[in-house]
Amino acid sequence: MSTQPLEPGAAFPDSQKSSSDPHFSSDRSFIKRIQHLLHRTPSIVPLLVLLMAVIGFSILLGHRFLSPFTLTLVLQQVSVIGVVTVAQTLIILTAGIDLSVGAIMVLSTVVMGHAVMHYGFPGPLAVGLGLFVGLVCGVINGWLVANIKLPPFIVTLGTWQIYLATNYLYSNNESIQFQTLQAKAPALLFLGNTFNVLGASLTYGVILMFLLVALFAYALFKTSWGRYVYAVGDDSESARLAGVRTKRILYSVYILSGLICALAGWVMIGRVGAVTPQAGELTNISSITAVVIGGVSLFGGRGSIYGAFFGGLIVGVFTLGLRMAGFDPQWTYLLIGALIIVAVMVDQWIRKVSA
Amino acid sequence: MDTEGVGMTQPILEARNVVKRFGVVTALDHSDFDLYPGEILAVIGDNGAGKSTLIKVLTGALSPDEGQVLVGGKEVRFSSPLEARQAGIETVYQTLALSPALSIADNMFMGRELRKPGFLGKALRMLDRKKMEEVAREKISDLGVQTIQDISQAVETLSGGQRQSVAVARAVAFGSKVVILDEPTAALGVKESRHVLDLILDVKARGIPIVLISHDMPSVFEVADRIHIHRLGKRLCVINPADYTMSDAVAFMTGARQPDEMQMAS
Repeated sequence: MSTQPLEPGAAFPDSQKSSSDPHFSSDRSFIKRIQHLLHRTPSIVPLLVLLMAVIGFSILLGHRFLSPFTLTLVLQQVSVIGVVTVAQTLIILTAGIDLSVGAIMVLSTVVMGHAVMHYGFPGPLAVGLGLFVGLVCGVINGWLVANIKLPPFIVTLGTWQIYLATNYLYSNNESIQFQTLQAKAPALLFLGNTFNVLGASLTYGVILMFLLVALFAYALFKTSWGRYVYAVGDDSESARLAGVRTKRILYSVYILSGLICALAGWVMIGRVGAVTPQAGELTNISSITAVVIGGVSLFGGRGSIYGAFFGGLIVGVFTLGLRMAGFDPQWTYLLIGALIIVAVMVDQWIRKVSA
Repeated sequence: MDTEGVGMTQPILEARNVVKRFGVVTALDHSDFDLYPGEILAVIGDNGAGKSTLIKVLTGALSPDEGQVLVGGKEVRFSSPLEARQAGIETVYQTLALSPALSIADNMFMGRELRKPGFLGKALRMLDRKKMEEVAREKISDLGVQTIQDISQAVETLSGGQRQSVAVARAVAFGSKVVILDEPTAALGVKESRHVLDLILDVKARGIPIVLISHDMPSVFEVADRIHIHRLGKRLCVINPADYTMSDAVAFMTGARQPDEMQMAS
């Protein structure tokens, strides 16, 4: 065969060079070539939107916006949703959806706080217990989806209410304040600690978000497990006939999702500086928004974790930028709503790609 | 007794007296099946005759209530398609079982990916993409498929015939003993059907026996060495396509004509 080996993967940033391959692009119209490029690298659209948003707000607001401090503030503000988005992406890639992400997250924070306040656990152990609870929530979701074969939407609509109610009942609706946490268990606040590099202000929570995105980008593109996640979302029956243990893959993504949401809870305690059972009510919707704007298909099997991450950043940039420019916050929702619809239209168009 | 030209060699895949019931319906009623080395055996039968059930029993998708399945003379009990595949029985399903959004190479190695040697592969489970693409490209061009240019392109960008080629290439790529093709030409146009028939003959030329389930009589009569006619849950007869016409075969299938004693015995 005469063509050069190309960078593989449904979505890999480097693979845009494939469009310059003579065999691949000759006698194709410009539009068709763009369609193919997006088919291979769906994260380009959110990346462009993100860059345009940053440039736009920089022109509008000047150095107030385009400074290391403000840009890293965006990262801090999206760190909680960014971590949850990793979990939501895994689920949506298998053609599922997880409405219980926010509830798992809050329940985990409450368990961490409770373990310190009422059981006298040392901080690290309390964090461990919270992560374990997140994992158990994931196991329950996974069992209902993979074993009982209920639709993910219904399963997580149910567990969302169950985990949330458990959270309120268990915590008696009581918050734990910053001073208390600082005195008794600074480990719970660890991810909120900031450090400065060249005027930029980062938290360990932001670093954790980057690490998780990188880790799962690797797992999805470079390991068999990642290929199976895509195959299950693409066509579960075909994947099964081809020899993929589809049940095991579904289980794994729901368990990982639970664990990652608990990590997001830990990030949130640091970010908010307190444990509050009322937090995270819109987390499920926000994470689905980020994933969809990021070009991940709700029908499964398409998109990349980078795209979803960019989607989260887009929401963060719009939120902060519009607020700094003095707009009514409703403009943010209006714009995000429009972006969601455009993103789904682009996804539909990419799916129509043909040789 | 077997039909002429096959001789008395050991069947590579056989079923003896298999019975499969679904509630009150008996889909397989003490049916037999024989596939000999190097041959193309077509399986035909009216809708509801039980041929898909027979194939599912042979490929491990269903387990029989009674009777035996034997591979190379040894009895086997498959509890999943994966186990049948490990025993060398590869199936190209009517739906092809490909993942449309994934690349040709990813699809060919689905479920048996290659990992990089050393630390990267063992500890980090890193896939050896380069090697997989190399092998996939080699296997595809081995089958004489020239039209596929780019092994990393998504399967959904391929034509129906090309997709069939990828599925067949996957079935023969990993040292299979038997390839079962379920209605491979059902969804294809004339030109693409032609291509798939060439592909089937190509696979046969490499000494891999093939079970071809098809409704497409001209194709069956063109490539098959023997034709297994299934009726009312059991093997009615096995005919040599040289001795009968297509309308004879259809008459046997529908019960309009009874086969003579010779064939009944086979």
